[in-house]
Amino acid sequence: MLLCPAMAHAETTATEADLRQIGRSGGGLRRMADRFGDRALLGLTALASLAAVALIALVIDRVVAGSMPSISKFGLGFLWHTTWNPSLSSGVRDSNVFGAGVLVYGTLVTSAIALLIAVPLGIAIGVYLSMLSSGRLAAVIGPLVELLASVPSVIIGLWGIVVLAPFLHSTIEPALHSALGWTAIFGEPGTTGLGIFNAGVVLSIMVLPIIAAITRDLFLNVPRELKEGALALGATRWEMIRTVVLHSTRSGIIAATILGLARALGEAIAVTQTIGAGTAIKASLFANGDTLGSRIAEQFIGAVSKLQVSSLFYCALILLVMELMANIGAQLIAGRYARLQGAVR
Amino acid sequence: MPGVQADKKQPPAAPSRPAPSVHVRGLRAFYGRAERVKGIDLDLPANEVTAIIGPSGCGKSTMIRCINRLHEEIAGARSEGRVLLDSVNIYDPAVDVIAVRRAIGMVFQRPNPFPAMSIFDNVAAGPRLSGVRRERLRQRVQDALESAGLWHEVHDRLSQPALALSGGQQQRLCIARALAVEPEVILMDEPCSALDPTATLRIEELLDDLKSRVTIAIVTHNMQQAARVADRTAFLLDGELIEVGPTQEIFTTPRDRRTEDYVTGKFG
Ligand SMILES: Nc1ncnc2c1ncn2[C@@H]1O[C@H](COP(=O)(O)OP(=O)(O)O)[C@@H](O)[C@H]1O
Ligand SMILES: [Mg+2]
Repeated sequence: MLLCPAMAHAETTATEADLRQIGRSGGGLRRMADRFGDRALLGLTALASLAAVALIALVIDRVVAGSMPSISKFGLGFLWHTTWNPSLSSGVRDSNVFGAGVLVYGTLVTSAIALLIAVPLGIAIGVYLSMLSSGRLAAVIGPLVELLASVPSVIIGLWGIVVLAPFLHSTIEPALHSALGWTAIFGEPGTTGLGIFNAGVVLSIMVLPIIAAITRDLFLNVPRELKEGALALGATRWEMIRTVVLHSTRSGIIAATILGLARALGEAIAVTQTIGAGTAIKASLFANGDTLGSRIAEQFIGAVSKLQVSSLFYCALILLVMELMANIGAQLIAGRYARLQGAVR
Repeated sequence: MPGVQADKKQPPAAPSRPAPSVHVRGLRAFYGRAERVKGIDLDLPANEVTAIIGPSGCGKSTMIRCINRLHEEIAGARSEGRVLLDSVNIYDPAVDVIAVRRAIGMVFQRPNPFPAMSIFDNVAAGPRLSGVRRERLRQRVQDALESAGLWHEVHDRLSQPALALSGGQQQRLCIARALAVEPEVILMDEPCSALDPTATLRIEELLDDLKSRVTIAIVTHNMQQAARVADRTAFLLDGELIEVGPTQEIFTTPRDRRTEDYVTGKFG
C-alpha cells in the first residue's frame, strides 16, 4: 500500500532525486569534471587555432627565407624577366639566370580564361538551382555540381589531355581562329591542343562548382519579399533576377569570383598536365605556356642549383602573395555583403 | 485589357478618373492540398477603399495575393475561380500575367525597398521595365513620390540608398514604387503593421487622395484603421467571406453574429 503513491509519482520523485544528487558529493564531482572539461575544451580549441596561425607564419617564413638568394640576385625584375635558364655550363648565354615573367603571365591568363568561362556558367547554374528548377530537380543536380569539386585535379588534368586536347585541337581552336584570328590571341591552332587555352578550360572546371554553389546560396538567401516586390511591379522572372537578385548580391558574386580566382591561381598539377611547358610569352592563347604553381611542381625535385631552388621559392612567394591578396579581398567584400544583408533584415 | 498602355501620362492634379472595379468570383486558393481560401465572392467597387479584416491566418493575404496573381509564385500553391478586372478575367489563359501585375499594384506588410538601390532607382524600377527613360522617367518618379507624400522629404537626396529612410518613409517609398507603374488597383497587405502611429496616420491620409485615381483593397488587423479609411469592409473567417458591407454597418449593425463578435473584440 505504501508503494502505490510512490509509483504514481515515480517520475517526479526521480527528478527530485536527481536534483538532490546534484547538491551532493557525486554531483560535486561531476561539476568539477565538467569544469575541467570546459577548460580542456577551451585550451584544445585555442591551441588548434593557434597552430593554424603558426603554420601560416612558418610557411611564409620558410618561403621568404628560401627565396632570399633569388630576391637579392634578381630583385623585383624577377617578376617580368622572361629568361628561365637552369643550365650551369658557362658556355651558355644567360646560364643560371631566372625570371618569372612567363609564369606570371601564364598564371594570370589561365586564371582569367577560367573565370571568363566559369563565372557566367556558375551564375547560370546558381540561378537555375535557386530559382528556376523544381525543388526535386535541384536536390539532385545541386549535390552533383558540388561533387564536381571533389574530383581530384589530376583526374581533370588527365581528361584535359585525353579528351579536351584533341577536341580543342580539331574543333574549337580552328573555329576560333577562323572567326577571330585577326585578334592575334586566337592564333594558328597548335599541334597538340595542349597549351594556355586548354589549361584555362581545365581550371574553369575546377572553379565552376565554387561559383555555382556560392551563388546558389546567395540567391536563395535573397528575401522572398524582395523577389515578390519585383514580381508585383510586373517584372518577368529574368527582370526580377536581374534587377533584384543579381543587383543585391553583387558583392557576394564578386567575393565568389575572387575565391574562384584563388583556386585557379594556385592549381599546379592539372596545369602542368595541360599547358605544354612553354618557355616564352606568345600572343596566341593556343601556344604553350607555364604558370607559377606548375613550374614549382615540375622543377623543384630535379632542381640543379641553389639559385634555381631559391627562384622556385621566389615563385612560391609571388603565388602566396597573390593568393593572400585574393583571400583578403574576398573577405573584405564578403564582410561588406554581410552588412548589407543585415541592413535588409 | 485596360491600363496596359503603361505610358499614358497622368497629370498630377487630374480630377478623379474612373478606375476599374474588381470582382472576385468563386475564388479558392490552395497550398499543396490545404484549401485556405474556400470559395469567396467579393467586389472591390471602383475608386473605393475596401478593408479586409479577420483574425490572423484566416486567409486575407492569400486572397489578395490571388488578385494580382502573386499566389501562384509560391511553389505548390494554386487557385481556382475568377477574378474580373471590370470584365476581364485575369486568370484567362490569354491574359498576360505581367500586364495583370502592372495594372494591379501591391504594397507589402513589411517595407521592402530594393536594397543597394537609391531612392530614385527604387521608384524608377517599375517604369524602367516598361521602357520609360530619361526626362519622362524623372517626371514619373517625381509624380509618384509626390502622390506618396514623400517628394518634399527626399527630393534633395534621390540618389541616397533607400535603406537610409525611416520605416514609414520606406513604406511610402514602396507605395510610390507601386504608383510609378500607374496601376489602376492597389492592394495593400497590412501596410502599417510595422509602422508607428504617426507614420500610420500619414499613410491613412494618403489613401483618401489615392482613391480618386485607383481602386484600393487594404488588409488590416486594426479595426480602427478599417473604420477610418474604408468605404466598405469585408470580414473573413477561416477562408470564407462572412460578411461585406459599408464600413459603418459592419461596425455598428453587423448581420452575422461572428462579425459582431470579432469587431467587438470577443476574439481575434
Ligand atoms: N506559403 C504558405 N505555405 C503553406 N501554407 C501557408 C502559406 N502561407 C500561408 N499559409 C497558410 O494559409 C492560411 C492563411 O494564411 P494567410 O493568408 O497568410 O492569413 P492572414 O493573412 O489572414 O493572416 C494560414 O493557415 C497559413 O498557415
Ligand atoms: Mg497576412
